[in-house]
Amino acid sequence: MSDNTAALTESKHSGFLKNNLREYGMLLSLFAIMLFFQFMTDGTLLRPLNLTNLVLQNSYIVIMALGMLMVIVTGHIDLSVGSVAGFIGALAAVMMVNWDVPFVIAVILCLVAGGLIGAAQGFWVAYFKIPSFIVTLAGMLVFKGLSLALLGGQSVGPFPTTFQKLSSGFIPELFPGGGTLYPTSLLCGGVIALLLVWFSVKGRRRQVSHGIETEPHGFFVFKNVVLFGVILYATFLIASHRGLPNVLVIMGILIAAYAFLTSRTTLGRQIYAVGGNERAAKLSGIRTERLTFFTFVNMGVLAALAGLIFAARLNTATPKAGLGFELDVIAACFIGGASAYGGVGKVTGAVIGALIMGVMNNGMSILGIGIDYQQVIKGLVLLGAVCIDVYNQRR
Amino acid sequence: MTPILEMRGITKRFPGVVALSDVNFEVAPGEIHALVGENGAGKSTLMKVLSGVYPQGSYEGAIVYDGEERHFRGINDSEALGIIIIHQELALIPLMSIAENIFLSNPPARFGVIDRSEVYTRAQALLAKVGLTENPDTLVTNIGVGKQQLVEIAKALSKKVRLLILDEPTASLNETDSEALLDLLLEFKAQGIASILISHKLNEIARVADHITVLRDGRTVDSMDCRGQAVEEDRIIRSMVDRDLEHRFPKREPNIGETVFAVENWSVHHPLHPERQVIRNVDFHVRRGEIVGIAGLMGAGRTEFAMSLFGRSWGQKISGTARIGGKVADLSTVGRAIAAGLAYVTEDRKQLGLLLAEDIRKNVTLSNLPAVSRNYVLDDVAELKAAGDYRARMRIRSSSVYQETGKLSGGNQQKVVLSKWLFTSPEILILDEPTRGIDIGAKYEIYCIINELADAGKAVIVISSEMPELIGICDRICVMNEGAFVGEFSGADATQEKIMRSIVRKGSETP
Repeated sequence: MSDNTAALTESKHSGFLKNNLREYGMLLSLFAIMLFFQFMTDGTLLRPLNLTNLVLQNSYIVIMALGMLMVIVTGHIDLSVGSVAGFIGALAAVMMVNWDVPFVIAVILCLVAGGLIGAAQGFWVAYFKIPSFIVTLAGMLVFKGLSLALLGGQSVGPFPTTFQKLSSGFIPELFPGGGTLYPTSLLCGGVIALLLVWFSVKGRRRQVSHGIETEPHGFFVFKNVVLFGVILYATFLIASHRGLPNVLVIMGILIAAYAFLTSRTTLGRQIYAVGGNERAAKLSGIRTERLTFFTFVNMGVLAALAGLIFAARLNTATPKAGLGFELDVIAACFIGGASAYGGVGKVTGAVIGALIMGVMNNGMSILGIGIDYQQVIKGLVLLGAVCIDVYNQRR
Repeated sequence: MTPILEMRGITKRFPGVVALSDVNFEVAPGEIHALVGENGAGKSTLMKVLSGVYPQGSYEGAIVYDGEERHFRGINDSEALGIIIIHQELALIPLMSIAENIFLSNPPARFGVIDRSEVYTRAQALLAKVGLTENPDTLVTNIGVGKQQLVEIAKALSKKVRLLILDEPTASLNETDSEALLDLLLEFKAQGIASILISHKLNEIARVADHITVLRDGRTVDSMDCRGQAVEEDRIIRSMVDRDLEHRFPKREPNIGETVFAVENWSVHHPLHPERQVIRNVDFHVRRGEIVGIAGLMGAGRTEFAMSLFGRSWGQKISGTARIGGKVADLSTVGRAIAAGLAYVTEDRKQLGLLLAEDIRKNVTLSNLPAVSRNYVLDDVAELKAAGDYRARMRIRSSSVYQETGKLSGGNQQKVVLSKWLFTSPEILILDEPTRGIDIGAKYEIYCIINELADAGKAVIVISSEMPELIGICDRICVMNEGAFVGEFSGADATQEKIMRSIVRKGSETP
């Protein structure tokens, strides 16, 4: 046992940078892109108003990317998420506007509907082994058609104000009169930053006491200082506009939950195993079909949530809602390092990928670059990111 | 006679490693030259240098072929001179026909339009040369691995081969197919085609080789002419591993207890053809502390039998009873089979055993995640400890438990798979071809692990196509043929002849 521990200690930092280059490289690219646009837009990018908008504009992409990442990790793809989000938005509008269903009940029904849609698609993929590309391509057409039918080809709105708050609301201010700063939001940000640092110090202590820490000490300190600083600065900016948006809170909780689910739980581990080698996973006693099914149900629920947030943001459900979302979501996952062959990808990566797309959209719009060239640039960035990835893995 | 090929002072460096160091290697015209060595000894690297995969300039030394120094810049250069390499992993396209595969890179064509009748007739002629009577229009996926290997050779013949390199050609072939392949090599020799045969199987080498070169750690350590004299297996093994392997199989005093696993009247049908009964009402048992071997030819139904027991992972319409410790066991899913104390180490560790992109740690704990988690949350400390323990106990050679399993050698990969299954604390282990494609040193270590398991009171079932291995390690050997057991021998009584004879009799007499 003693030489075993020695062996672990001896090699604990070996390959640390190499193994984590991908992830920190992504983060650096995001910073670089933000700096670039911050400079090019003369500081408009990080103005409080714009930062808040950035969050609101991209929240539904980030939320769907969480589910899409798991689908991609299991080795599948879901092309229907945009149509599903649009359909759920339409469903919500019909329920709340036309039928006067109370806000809470409508939201719950919509999330359940999303889950059922995911289940319907996941069933064919998981148990009948029909390629997910085909099943969800069919789903994309079906739900695009159904939302048209549901809305009768017209926009339906406006939504009740309580529902609008989902997207356009901010957390309540407990200490009013703070002037331009919102103290509650600032406090929240501070507490979160402290909690994160505390958790990571605690985890590191535990690792050190067992001699299994993987990061060099200096790097660990640096990382936490940067993390702390960035969160505080971002909260400060957001708090000087109107405080924390509700959507940001929802998004933050979901990101944390999915990051934990994928990296720390047995369920997460098994999902990666299914994507890495489905037959080996099956022969290791993992219920591969059930897990695949679950990722699709989960994707359906998240697509529904994204659809609700988007509808609430526009304050109306239109037949065109959700058009092309699936492309942004899938691109976010791949830019974030997910592998098209399954088994590889991280929640944090997908979130960073979504943010890179979001910052680029936003920055280019501020710069007045037309939607035509925006698409060209986004396409090239996606290709470039994946090329760098493949190149790095070959080395 | 001047050699057809002479490689002089070949040194090949990779970042941080010297893969080949001053290797000299000569092949005489029309000889069969065996190249042996442990995995990682540099055999494949040497062949890649020869075939131009590593181009001129990326190594030091000289290649003289046909009396001239050659500078190959790629595989096309060497193929143009008739040096053809057939890799262990076959490079055939499954959903194309035999003929299309043979002429994949240079189909007979006029103005870019493939002449189909020409392809057909020429393919037929080539197939005849390798002893295949298949229709050239048959899809490659529809013929067995042994025949696919022959198609590869036919493909080589179409390129006017003069020096044929075969990298472990018989690794996935049964005895009959292996024999046929070796006979073909001898026939080529008669026609003046030289061959380089890379193989781990010393009995094959003894049969066909004229000359043997042994590589170890990137150096030529021995070279022996074996025309007209018997091959000294011990000398080869000694120079391969640089340690005296007095015995290829570790000794053990069996201590056999009561029957722990008994299968009665087990019957399985083919998953795609329900009318085909693949396993025919088989009875089988194994006792505590016993190592039972299942011998048989490829396709005898051994793997199918094992997989049907393990969570019904193969076949349909499965019937029969399995008892563990006297009680009827529910083995209907893999999860239940594991819970009942069964473990199955698959034949194909890359496709069915490992997550190659994941590290040792994640592979070891995969089948028993509850043991390293609390309320479904993984305990990284417990997990690292478990993986570290197995890494030490199994002597998995790696930089740490964080090393990707895809980058380990075959023997170490096999140890990872074994660790995974030992971590489920099984009572009954089924090991399917546990030493396939791994070198002699690692084989010995695997045998030791198998012995330790039996000594610890586990019941071990070993499926293997290498009869000497079964005879060397098993207490009892059951012979399977066409889905039924046709013979049973105690380890001490068994000989290769007896086993073969019981297969050939095809169970016409009751065993």
